Amino acid sequence: MRSLGWLRLPLALCMLFLYLPIAVLVVMSFNGGRSAFTMDGLSLRWYTKLAGNGDLLTALGNSLLVATGATLIAVVLGTTLAVGLARYTRSSTLDAYAMAPAIMPDLVLAIGLLAFYSLISMTLGLFSVMLAHAVFGMAFVVAVVRARLVQADPALEEASRDLGAGALTTFRRVTLPTIAPAVIAGALLTFTLSLDEFVIAFFTNGPTTPTLPISIYSMVRFGVTPEINALATVLLLVSFTVVIASARLSRRTEALDE
Amino acid sequence: MKALAFTGRRPLAAAASLVLAAALVACGGSDGDDSASDLDPDADLSKQSIVVSNWADYMPEDVAEKFEEATGASMEVTNHATNEELMAKLTAGSDSGIDVAFVSGQFAQALAEQGLVEPIHADLVPNMDNLAEGVQNLSYDEGNKNSVPYTWGTTGICYRADLVDEAPTSWNDLLEPADEYKGKVTMMATDRWLMLPAQKALGFSANTTDEDEMAQVKDKLVAAKKNLLAYDDTTFYERLISGEAVMVEAWDGWCNYGTAENENIKFVVPDEGSDLWVDTMVVLKTSKNKEAAHAFINYLLEPENGAWAAENILYNVPNQKAMDMLPADLKAQYPPLQVTAEQLLEGESLTDLGEAATMYTQLVTEITSS
Amino acid sequence: MTDLISSTPTGRGAVERSSRWERAALLVPGLGYVSAFMAVPVLLVLSYVFFQRGRFGGVVYEFTWDNFARAFSPTYRAVLVDSLVIAGAATVLALLIGYPVAYAIAMLPDRLRTIALVLVVIPFWTNFLVRTYAWIVLLSNEGLVNRSLERIGVIEDPLTLLYTRGAVVVGLVYAYLPLMILPLYASISKLDPELREAATNLGASRFKAFRTVTWPLTLPGVLTGCIFVFVPSLGNFIVPELLGGGKFVMVGNVVRDQFLKARDWPFGATLALVLIVVLVALFFVQSRVSRRLSTGGPS
Repeated sequence: MRSLGWLRLPLALCMLFLYLPIAVLVVMSFNGGRSAFTMDGLSLRWYTKLAGNGDLLTALGNSLLVATGATLIAVVLGTTLAVGLARYTRSSTLDAYAMAPAIMPDLVLAIGLLAFYSLISMTLGLFSVMLAHAVFGMAFVVAVVRARLVQADPALEEASRDLGAGALTTFRRVTLPTIAPAVIAGALLTFTLSLDEFVIAFFTNGPTTPTLPISIYSMVRFGVTPEINALATVLLLVSFTVVIASARLSRRTEALDE
Repeated sequence: MKALAFTGRRPLAAAASLVLAAALVACGGSDGDDSASDLDPDADLSKQSIVVSNWADYMPEDVAEKFEEATGASMEVTNHATNEELMAKLTAGSDSGIDVAFVSGQFAQALAEQGLVEPIHADLVPNMDNLAEGVQNLSYDEGNKNSVPYTWGTTGICYRADLVDEAPTSWNDLLEPADEYKGKVTMMATDRWLMLPAQKALGFSANTTDEDEMAQVKDKLVAAKKNLLAYDDTTFYERLISGEAVMVEAWDGWCNYGTAENENIKFVVPDEGSDLWVDTMVVLKTSKNKEAAHAFINYLLEPENGAWAAENILYNVPNQKAMDMLPADLKAQYPPLQVTAEQLLEGESLTDLGEAATMYTQLVTEITSS
Repeated sequence: MTDLISSTPTGRGAVERSSRWERAALLVPGLGYVSAFMAVPVLLVLSYVFFQRGRFGGVVYEFTWDNFARAFSPTYRAVLVDSLVIAGAATVLALLIGYPVAYAIAMLPDRLRTIALVLVVIPFWTNFLVRTYAWIVLLSNEGLVNRSLERIGVIEDPLTLLYTRGAVVVGLVYAYLPLMILPLYASISKLDPELREAATNLGASRFKAFRTVTWPLTLPGVLTGCIFVFVPSLGNFIVPELLGGGKFVMVGNVVRDQFLKARDWPFGATLALVLIVVLVALFFVQSRVSRRLSTGGPS
C-alpha cells in the first residue's frame, strides 16, 4: 500500500465537511416537534409516520428506477461517444456539443423536453423522465471519460489490433480497463444527480408516478417536516450497509485470489 | 398571427418558427377558447376516474377512498410544488393528464384567460351554496365562473409578543423597524407579497400597474432591505421560534404554525390593510372526465372537508358550515381562525397583473440584488 | 482520424472500411441522442428569443429584438457579474478542497478506492432541500458552528454566518463538491506514480514535481471539475434563497423568475441563451486545452 502521508488530513477534513450536515439531518429525524430546524424532545414519531406513508416510499422506488435506468443509458451511450470523439474527431465543437446537456439551464431543458414530448405525442411517465435524465447524465459521462482518454496511448489499441484482435475485443480488453475509473465516476455522478433532480422530472413526468424530489418539494408550501429526514436516514443506513457488505466481499475475493 | 414577416429572406428561421407554431398549437395554448363543453348530469361516475394535482398535505389523506364511496368515481392524487411550476407545465405540454388542479386565484384567472380551464358548471356543484357570502364577487373570477374557492386568508405581521415592546400596527413597523429590531425582521420573497407591505404602506392597490407608484414602492423596499434578516417564504416562523427574528411578514395560516410551537407568537393585520388570497380548484379543459371532476369539487365543498382543512392546515375556509364545525378551543388557540368572512373580505383580492407581471419581476430583481 | 489509419501497416482498405463502420457505431448513437433529447427541445425554447410575451403568458409570434436590449440592461449585467464572482469563489474553494482529496483517494489501494468514492457521493443521495436546511441549522446564531467557537473561546458573541455571501459560497461548494472530486479522481488515478517519483528522484522538489509533472497531466480533469462546479453554481437558485436569505441574486434566479414568475418565456429564453453561449464557450476552451495536451502535449 502506498502511504497517504499528510494527505490523510485533507481527506479527513473533507469527510467531516461532507458528513457534518448529514449528522445534523440524522439528529433532526428524531425530533419530537414538527420542525426541521429546532429540536423539541426525542421521538420516533417521524419513523412511524414514514412507515405508514406508502406514497413517499413509492416515490422513492420510482426515483431509484429512474436513476438506475438513466445511468445505464448514460454510461453505454456516453462511454462509446467519448471513445468515438477521442479516436475519430478533431473537432472541439463536437466535444462541446456532446457535453452541452450538462450546462443547459434545467428549466430550459425541462420546458423544451415537455414541448418536444408533446410534439411527438410521447406518453409522459417514468420512462420519459429516464430518457431526459439520461441526456444530462450522458454529458457528464462523456466529459469525465474524455478527460481520462486525453492521456491514453493510442499505440496500445493499435498493437492490440495488429495482433489480430477485433474491434470489440480491443474495446473490452484494452480500452475499457484504461477508462474504467472514469466510467465508474461518470456512473456515480449520473445516478446521484438523477436521484435528486426536481425540475426536469416535474415537467417530463406523468401525473401518477411522482419521483421523490417531486413529493418532497410539494411539501414546501406547508413546511417540510422531519419525515423527510427520517427517510434520508433510512436511505443512508441502507447505503452504508451495502458499502460495508461490498467492502467485506471484495476483501474476501481478494484473499481468495492470493 | 402576423408573425412571419421575415419568411422570404430567412427560410431556416421561418421553418423553425413554423415548427414552433405547430408545437404551440399542439401545446393546447389555444387562446380565447372559453366555450363550455356539454356535460351529462346523469353520467355514470363509476366509469370515470380523475387525477387531482395539489400541494402535499392539503387534503385529507383518505380523500380518494371517501370520494369513491360517495360518488363511485375513482381518483388519484398528484403533487405540484408551486403555482408557477404547474402553470408552466400546463402551458408547455398538450395534455398533462390532470383533471382538477389547485391553484391560487390569480393563477386560476391567468389559466382561464389562456383558455386552459373548463368553465364551472354550477349545476354540477350544488355545494357552492355552502360558500360564504361575498366570495362569489372577487375580482380574479367574478361569479366563480372558472374556479371554486377552497381556502382563503390574508397576509400580515407575525411577531414575538415577548420580544417586542409594542405590538406592530403598521406595515412601517416592518419596513422601518426601530433600531433594536434592525436585522431581526424578514419579508416574503415571492413577487406579490414582497411588494405588498410597501404598496399598502404607501396607500396603493396591491394590484397596481402604475409605473410611478411602483417606482415609489421600489424605493421604499430598497431602503427596507438593509434592515432585513432575510427574504423568506418558507422558514420564517422557524426564525421567530428561535428568536433570530422578532417580526416577519407572514400568511395568517403560517403564523399559526409558529403559534403552535410558541404561544407568544401572534398575528396582526396592519391598519393600512392587506390582501385577500384564495386557493381555488379548477377543471382543466383537457380533462376527459369532467363530470367526475365537478363531482370532486362538489365533494370537497362538503362542510367536513372544509373543517378538515381548517383544523389541519390552520387556514380559514370560505365555507361557513365548515367554520361553524370548528371546536371552540381551536379558535381560541389560533385567533386568525376567529375572523369573519366580512373581515377577510376587507382585504384586497389579488388579480393577475397581465402585462405588468414583467415589470414586477424586473423590480423584484432590482430590489433583491440592490 | 486519417493519420492513425495511414500509419497502420496492415491492409489500408480493410482498416478504412472497418473503421468507418466503427466510427459510425461509436459516434452516431450518442450524438443522435443528444440531438433528439437536447438540441431539438432546447431550440424549441430558444427560438422564442425573437418573439414576445402574451398578455397572460405564452408566446405571441411577433418578431422583435427587444429581448436582447433588455438582457444587456445594467440590472442584468450587475446580476451576471455578481453571480460570476460567487460561482467563481465556490469553484476555487471546491478545487482547493477537492484536489488533495481526489489525490488521496487515487492513492488508496484498489479495493478502497471505489468505497471512498461512494462515501463521497452518499451524502448526496439525501434530498438537496433537507441538506440545505441542515446548513441553516449549522450556521444560525445558535447553531453548532457558533456554539463550538464560543465554547473554545474564539468568540464571545455569535458571528453572523447565515444569510451572508459566505454562506452562499459554502452552500454551493457543499452542493457540488462531488462534481469536482469525481472528474479529478478519474484524471489523477491515471497518473503513473512512478513518474512523480522519478521526478523527485531526479532532484526535483515535491512542489516542482507537482507543478511540472502532476498538475499539467491532470489539467483536463481540473478543467472538467471546475466547469462542473461553476456551471450549476451559476444556475442554482435554492442556495441563494435559503442560505443567502434571498439577498443575493444569481443568474439562475433571474432565468427562473422570467420563466415562472413573469411567465415571459421569450425574455427568459434570451437570458438563457446568453448564459448558454458563455458556458458552451467554456467547454470549447476546455476541449481545446485538453486536445492540445493530448496531441502536442508535454512529451
